[in-house]
Amino acid sequence: MATKVVMEALSPTMEEGRLVKWLKNEGDQVKNGETLAEVETDKAIMELVARGEGVLRKRLLPENEAAPVGQLIAVIAGPDENIDALVGGAGGSPATSSPAAAPADVVAKANETAGASPVPRTQVEAQGEASTPPQEKVADAAPTSAPATARPGPGAGATPPQPPSGNGGRTRSSPLARRMASDSGVDLQAVQGSGPGGRIIKRDVEAAVASGPGPATAAAASGPGSRLSLPDSRDVPLTQIRKTIARRLSESIGPIPTFYLTAEFDMERVAEMRTAMAAMGDEYKVSFNDIVLKATATALAQHPEVNAHWLGDKIRYFNRVHLGMAVAIDEGLITPVLFDADRKRMSEISRESRELAKRARERKLKPEEYTGSTFSVSNLGMFGIDQFTAIINPPEVGILAVGALEDKPVVIDGALVARKRMRVTMSCDHRVVDGALGARFLQTLRRLIENPLMLVY
Amino acid sequence: MQRDDRVFLMGEEVAVYQGAYKVSKGLLQEFGEMRVVDTPITELGFAGVGVGAAMVGLRPVIEFMTWNFALLAIDQVVNSAAKMLYMSGGQYNMPMVFRGPNGAALQLSAQHSQAWESWLAHIPGLKVVAPGTPYDAKGLLKSAIRDDNPVIVLEGEMLYNTKGEVPDGEEVLVPIGKAEVKREGDHASIITHGKMVLTALQAADQLAKQGINVDVVDLRTIRPIDIDAITTSVRKTNRAVVLEEGWEFCGVGAQVVDYIQRECFDDLDAPVVRVHQADVPMPYAKNLERAAKPDAAKAIAAVKKVMYLE
Repeated sequence: MATKVVMEALSPTMEEGRLVKWLKNEGDQVKNGETLAEVETDKAIMELVARGEGVLRKRLLPENEAAPVGQLIAVIAGPDENIDALVGGAGGSPATSSPAAAPADVVAKANETAGASPVPRTQVEAQGEASTPPQEKVADAAPTSAPATARPGPGAGATPPQPPSGNGGRTRSSPLARRMASDSGVDLQAVQGSGPGGRIIKRDVEAAVASGPGPATAAAASGPGSRLSLPDSRDVPLTQIRKTIARRLSESIGPIPTFYLTAEFDMERVAEMRTAMAAMGDEYKVSFNDIVLKATATALAQHPEVNAHWLGDKIRYFNRVHLGMAVAIDEGLITPVLFDADRKRMSEISRESRELAKRARERKLKPEEYTGSTFSVSNLGMFGIDQFTAIINPPEVGILAVGALEDKPVVIDGALVARKRMRVTMSCDHRVVDGALGARFLQTLRRLIENPLMLVY
Repeated sequence: MQRDDRVFLMGEEVAVYQGAYKVSKGLLQEFGEMRVVDTPITELGFAGVGVGAAMVGLRPVIEFMTWNFALLAIDQVVNSAAKMLYMSGGQYNMPMVFRGPNGAALQLSAQHSQAWESWLAHIPGLKVVAPGTPYDAKGLLKSAIRDDNPVIVLEGEMLYNTKGEVPDGEEVLVPIGKAEVKREGDHASIITHGKMVLTALQAADQLAKQGINVDVVDLRTIRPIDIDAITTSVRKTNRAVVLEEGWEFCGVGAQVVDYIQRECFDDLDAPVVRVHQADVPMPYAKNLERAAKPDAAKAIAAVKKVMYLE
């Protein structure tokens, strides 16, 4: 039996994929699970694997061209099997499995015009992500015969990305909904329940199926297995005062009413600690950034009220700290996640953050490695930036912008002395984090950073 | 009675008075006093006479003026009729019928407004039927009389006045153990029996005006229950309301819900909701009685609940 190879959603927010390289030629024998091609998603370059066995009979998408998720891009079949009907269906709208829905002549026309681009790019595509360099953008402006506009897919900002599932806040669902989800491959963790207490019921699964692959279908959690008896998060419905605060402040400034809190920390003890550790040997070297990450994660564990997601009608407070760390890459910016950062030792944070940054720059991150953060840190200190304000990565409600370490004259006990100082600025979503709340968080952070031994307490 | 001269009717006021509710009207005139027998007010006595008659090969139909009075005879029903075949090692069949009105009528107060089906259906050895329409009443009564086991026929005082199609000139027989879908719909199932069938149909009519179409499954027989009819409907609609006249605790509905959770667990989109009498002795006051009884409005609210509309 023939197997259709379709452009798969290889990242939670992927709308379309650019075929970077075919790794199999037409006529090649392929096995189930074997890599067929490399595909560039909005975030990374991923492998597309075969979902069936046979001969790769037809490649329908040329290299360097893009196809929307769901579009048929190749056919695997027996060596002599008639695949005309399947190939005729190529280019049909995504999620249409019936070849009859896209008559062959329409497809032929679409193929002829490839490269001439009569089809306007959709808004989603046009906005793009910083991940595709401009010159490639022009090149791949070739039409995808089925624009993605018709599909109310994810990524438009309407659905907040869910934290990686599997690390289990219990999802309530009816038995029928569970059966339907399992039959249709829908990840229940990514479905919002409309029943009592958020129970996922039939209509929710039907809606999820109708709206195509959801944001969190790539479920696998990379965080450590659930060893906590606490649920991972708890949802708190908005109180009237929170609603009013949210509405009034959003009217005043952007969709996210942000305010900024800046503090200058004394870094002498951190510097001493670092020097002392480095003196023990190279394997004990940690960066200032590692210490800031560790301290931030520890402070977040003590202030779950800023370790949260704004979900429109409620606030989700997390009992686990998944710290996003902004990494500059050639194409822009990506935020890999240190899962359970508060529970990791300095050495683990140091090693993991280095490894994540390296793979981010190589664009080798897996989707589950850059989704699910509960708070983020952005550090431009290495560029000599004294202080800056970072943009909140929704649905998170805060981000910490870290400036450069600097020798500065300060007054201590009435005497002017030179000290190592560092400025941090926390951007706060005022709908969730009020001024005093953010200030208390920074107070805790200051205590930890100015007394780094507290980090081992 | 025309077909089989072993069949006879016995009970209070069944002969000369032609039945307290005129159920036996004309029978004395047609079959005479050997086969239509008035008894004293002695439920235990005439129920026992019925058991004895069945043991020697007759086919008695024992009428209780209401099932509330049958409490006095319950030893004969439960200990004699239900167990005779078993305890005699299969020597004595018990081809008899106990029948009479069951459940509440209007303002008869606590002692005379009770639905007994869960008591009777609890007993292995008894069959229990509860018709909701004239056709089913005739068809089930005839099947009950022809059955070789003791069959309980639960009628309804309020149902004696209902009208419905019962064809003349053809054999009307409704098999024991077969439910009937009285109305078809996709959105939810109302599973019910007896008097509540009419209530369910009223609810279904009103729901249809709001665009909600329900299956109304009339069990007709409570024991042996038609599990297939229940599961087929629930698998179609994914939502069930179980409606009965009696009390909630250990009610027939509890048993139906058990079958649903056992057989249809993966088909359920909502917990099953039960509609039943309030857990109190039936009040005499009209307003309180109305509040205590299950009705169409309560069934409608239950359907909306299983559909997550409220």
